Amino acid sequence: MGKNDMPRSVDIAVIGGGLVGGAIAYGLARGGRDVALLDEGDVAYRASRGNFGLVWVQGKGLGLVSYGAWTQLSARRWPEFARLLGEDTGIDVSLEQRGGFHICLSATELEHRVSTLRRLLDQPGFERYRFDVLDRAAIAARLPGIGAEVVGATFTTLDGHLNPLRLLRALHAGFLGHGGKYLPQCKVERVQPEAKGFVLTSGAATLRSAKIVLAAGLGNASLAPQAGLHAPVRPQRGQIIVLERVRRFLDYPIATVRQTDEGTVMIGDSQEEAGFDETVGTAVLATLASRALRIFPALADVRVNRTWAALRVMSPDGFPVYDQSRTFPGAFVVTCHSGVTLAAAHALELAPRIAAGELGSDVRAFSSERFHVQNAA
Amino acid sequence: MFKMLPEVAGSGAALLNVTIDGRRHAAREGDSVAATLFAAGLPSCRTTPVTGVPRGPYCMMGVCFDCLVVIDGRPNQQGCMVRVRDGMVIERQQGARLVPGVVEVQ
Repeated sequence: MGKNDMPRSVDIAVIGGGLVGGAIAYGLARGGRDVALLDEGDVAYRASRGNFGLVWVQGKGLGLVSYGAWTQLSARRWPEFARLLGEDTGIDVSLEQRGGFHICLSATELEHRVSTLRRLLDQPGFERYRFDVLDRAAIAARLPGIGAEVVGATFTTLDGHLNPLRLLRALHAGFLGHGGKYLPQCKVERVQPEAKGFVLTSGAATLRSAKIVLAAGLGNASLAPQAGLHAPVRPQRGQIIVLERVRRFLDYPIATVRQTDEGTVMIGDSQEEAGFDETVGTAVLATLASRALRIFPALADVRVNRTWAALRVMSPDGFPVYDQSRTFPGAFVVTCHSGVTLAAAHALELAPRIAAGELGSDVRAFSSERFHVQNAA
Repeated sequence: MFKMLPEVAGSGAALLNVTIDGRRHAAREGDSVAATLFAAGLPSCRTTPVTGVPRGPYCMMGVCFDCLVVIDGRPNQQGCMVRVRDGMVIERQQGARLVPGVVEVQ
């Protein structure tokens, strides 16, 4: 915050410049609010720079029906959101949303998958959507080159994918275009509530803000308590394999394999409890690769260009945490591990609600109150 | 565009036969595929996968990956890192490679 153009105070300060903070800050600035976006430097853990890029609905919400509804709301608003970002910034996030596959490699896997989706949709109050169970022939008609071990798949039309790096850039560009103040190298160390708002401290600099939104990913765990909030998030490592660019052969994303708009093939979806360790390991990479090869055997001839690992921001039950502080109203926390899928909801739905000061009943279940021992007993 | 240095041209290295995009060319033993392309008067060796613009060998030491060509049917080979061999079939690469045996979708 050492910059000369550093404001002394703003209406709303968003802490964290990843996909979650970026989407909320963009939504707030689009709504004409006076917003600062405080971002850490390149040393930050950046789930937003390591993610897979799926807009994904199928399978989400088992155990919390409002997460299913919220995910669907965001997915439904994605086409409009992508258009808005394009108009605002000229950046095409390459959204393709014509459905996605979850591939099963044995009859047991397929049976398990179908029963899980049925249980998900049969939950009382669940906003139901259609999913198709496809046999080999139906899959092969849409996914040329599938291997002999592919026995079936589930498919939902709301699923899709996009270019997550371009999304991050578009959110920042859109935010700036609407007059937002972007403050890089501004890791917030301290949040102090005062009579009318909050004082944020980063190094020697301070910023006053009437409202604050904690969207600092894994950093929320330590920031939240300072504003009377609770965000017990932990890192969960995901590893990704990136192959050479190839001519387009894959017209739909699969939960574990997708081909980007520029031809690159990505393989991912591992989940490990590894603390703050962003290194890759051959054991997990080999598992990812072997499964991808069972789905598309011809990829054996395509070389690996690079691999990386990134840390998901995971809550104890895997669902988002959205809350407004009861002790210090005006302080909000927003965290989730689906920064791409939920970006449309964050910018178009959540940001206006934050500006209005009320998160709304449809996301009440995302309150951290669910983690309190009394509630769990 | 590129010319061989006189001392290299007169060094007496053995001449090999290769084909580049189906046409026969002479190559010097010991040269890389990328140097062979230059010697054949072909500064561009491929077009890029995303925007389709031409690219040619640049760093000549295995770093930039701009010299990718198809060698004996294998796509995305670094021309500067492969020594030319007699009878080698070299093709300049157009855009991204194919996944073998899988239909390209439009």
